[in-house]
Amino acid sequence: MRRDIFQAIADPTRRAIIALIALQAMTPNAIAENFNSTRQAVSKHLRILTECALVKQEQHGREIYYSLEIEKMKEIDKWLEQYRKIWETRFDQLDNLLSIIKTNKK
Amino acid sequence: MKNNLLFDFTVDKTTKTVYVNKEFTADISLVWDAFTKQEILDQWWAPKPWASRTKTMNFEVGGKRFYAMVSPEGEEHWSLQKYTSISPKSNFKMLNAFADKEEHPDLPGSDWDLNFSEKDGITKVSISIYNDSLDRMEKMIEMGFKEGFTATLGSLETLLAGLS
Repeated sequence: MRRDIFQAIADPTRRAIIALIALQAMTPNAIAENFNSTRQAVSKHLRILTECALVKQEQHGREIYYSLEIEKMKEIDKWLEQYRKIWETRFDQLDNLLSIIKTNKK
Repeated sequence: MKNNLLFDFTVDKTTKTVYVNKEFTADISLVWDAFTKQEILDQWWAPKPWASRTKTMNFEVGGKRFYAMVSPEGEEHWSLQKYTSISPKSNFKMLNAFADKEEHPDLPGSDWDLNFSEKDGITKVSISIYNDSLDRMEKMIEMGFKEGFTATLGSLETLLAGLS
């Protein structure tokens, strides 16, 4: 199942996890220490973030470290920027059209 | 934008809503018509070199616009807009969904809310677009507009600041 990135960042705990591991790779236990929720709850959030490909896991000895997929985060911005461009182009065209219509009315 | 009129575009990722605000130097009647009459809509709705071609449109509550974005090669992307509420020259709402050429919508779509107001000869249009899923928004982007757009990437700090 491919998850929705919006779903990943819609939850305040998950947003906080993203902010934490953006600074450094962390183990699930170290992440969980920052929250009042159970270790299971934090694990579930990490699983969702992993399924969204927003975080990556690395094994160091017996510990798993979670870190942020920075490229994936940039991707979100990239396509939002493209969407903005579509509107910009659209409105430039409408601006031009409105001035033509107004000129013709005179 | 080539002038000092307002244009802003913001995305609230947590509520999956896009907000677009734009001012025009035209009176509200004209701007309203530009958004609600097919012969004007088709002249600006598609970012060039694409063209917008409306097949049917009846602008009334319960009515719809069925139109295609057409590429220079003749590729067609159909969409269906259903009008759910209309207050002339002030607001209209619609459900927007991609469709096939037989008018079968690809649900879920997005909910659009468009507000119009005029002050000192400047008409402001405020649009909010609520999307159920990222997939759908990605699809919007992939509708053939990717070419020619150079995306500038915001830094991760900015993104995180926006998330917290």
